[in-house]
Amino acid sequence: MVQRKRRLGRGVAMVGAGMSPFGIRPDVTNRELFAEAFLDMGNSVDRGFDPKEIESLYVGNCGAEMWESQSVMGALCADAVGLTPCPARKIEDACASSSVAVRDGIMGIASGMYDIVLVGGTEKMSILPTNWTTMALACGSDTTYESSAGFTFPGLYASMATAHMQKYGTTHDDLLRVAIKNHSNGVLNPKAHFPKTIKDVMNMRIAQAEKKGKPIPGWADEMEFLHDPRYNPVIAWPNTLFDCCPITDGAACILLVAEEIAKNFTDNPLYIIGSGQASGHNLHDRDTLTSVPAAKIAAQQAYEMAGISPWDIKIAEVHDCFTIAEVMAIADLGFFKEGKEAATAAGEGKTARDGVKPINVSGGLKCKGHPVGATGAAQIVEIFQQMRGEAGPRQITNMDINLTLTHNIGAHGTTAVVQIYERR
Amino acid sequence: MKDIPFTIASFENFLKEKKLMASKCNRCNALWLPPRPICIECNSDELEWVELNGKGKLVAFTVIGVGPIPMIEAGYDRDNPYCAGIVEVEEGPRISAQIMGVDVAHPENIKIGTNLTADFVERGSWHFVEELAKERKTYLAFRV
Ligand SMILES: [Zn+2]
Repeated sequence: MVQRKRRLGRGVAMVGAGMSPFGIRPDVTNRELFAEAFLDMGNSVDRGFDPKEIESLYVGNCGAEMWESQSVMGALCADAVGLTPCPARKIEDACASSSVAVRDGIMGIASGMYDIVLVGGTEKMSILPTNWTTMALACGSDTTYESSAGFTFPGLYASMATAHMQKYGTTHDDLLRVAIKNHSNGVLNPKAHFPKTIKDVMNMRIAQAEKKGKPIPGWADEMEFLHDPRYNPVIAWPNTLFDCCPITDGAACILLVAEEIAKNFTDNPLYIIGSGQASGHNLHDRDTLTSVPAAKIAAQQAYEMAGISPWDIKIAEVHDCFTIAEVMAIADLGFFKEGKEAATAAGEGKTARDGVKPINVSGGLKCKGHPVGATGAAQIVEIFQQMRGEAGPRQITNMDINLTLTHNIGAHGTTAVVQIYERR
Repeated sequence: MKDIPFTIASFENFLKEKKLMASKCNRCNALWLPPRPICIECNSDELEWVELNGKGKLVAFTVIGVGPIPMIEAGYDRDNPYCAGIVEVEEGPRISAQIMGVDVAHPENIKIGTNLTADFVERGSWHFVEELAKERKTYLAFRV
């Protein structure tokens, strides 16, 4: 493919960002989750805004047809938050749906077509029993040639993990340390699905055993707890329960405006200076199983557009649907070398809150939750708050967070979106 | 065989006859498994069917206890997990398949690089609609 260096036709700024609480939300549907995100976003716009001024709505949603027997999520969300009759559309690209929605919104503004657009996503997943949710998610891989072979989503990523282990000597403990790290981050996030450290979870299990008069498990630390198959069963070997992100309900949205009017909304707009997107083959058709080629291409596009290098990025939210996914992401983005360096980054503290490159300070998909169609937008909500110093107890304070990045994968790498944000 | 279109249905009909068929580009010789109607190397649509020898080796795998519904209905669960993997066939391309005859109780003993032979298994279809899911199909598998 010929790669031409691209830039935005005009600057695009983010002036508001918000999300619903993530978790199991039995009493609300997609559009209501989206309305929660919209209200939260509204509170973040310093000088306020008039919803009637929003000219277009882009809603990421992976599978309301399957989970809610409901299509046309764009128009329904527009109606739910009072944007009708502005043009609205649903965008589906599996787990990258809302990043693609954001990118389409960016293009809407950069092209000059619109000045103010709302972008985001929503997913209601907890409504189906697990076996049907497994089916719904597997629709994101190739039904004919991957799902029919028996592959599930945890299974496809598990295959990348076995290939990574074979090629680089990566251990399952390396992967579990990604989960431990992301739970340590997410405990500080009140909107996370499981705002608990893995040690907290371990202590809860001990307390439950005590209460029920059962033998008290004698785990020395959280790693021993994670090695106990009674409490951390295999889902798709080597992926155990704690390698996998949860099934979550949630929504998130961002208000994008043309750069020249950004200061009408806030003194602290953030600018989208790089955006890349690529598609990928089925896993078996790729040249590599230990990297996501689409993510590398999307990252290269975003870095080139922004005119910066991976070293300039202060913090990043990356797609850790499974622990191996974060290991591949931080290599594909150029933060760490593919192989042992990336695999051990979490264990060595390099990607921790106080590390050289904090990754997933929100808790990531692993701890915050992964409502698939909302995830990309929710990554940006974290970036928005961190860059503006509004992340509360999660705020990273030991560096000037002026350049950040989001990395969102659709399915097992058939879509990748990488975007770069700047505070001036 | 000239008149058989390069479709998923044709590939599945071959599987029913226990044949593993690929499409080969007559312009650049690229071999496509699963078969494609357009060569994505050179964009030619001049392809022909070729039968593969059915030999390959394992390049990546997983052992699944929580499967999709057709696998649950085929009898697989946490106590009876199955292996799914990516196989590189001797002729070059890779494909996803269920892997039979490996030690699913001890996945750490399953070795990447293991030699495999094509096998053909029958089970229900992968579909959300129950009526369509009932249709029995032959799927590609590989066996140690
Ligand atoms: Zn060709």
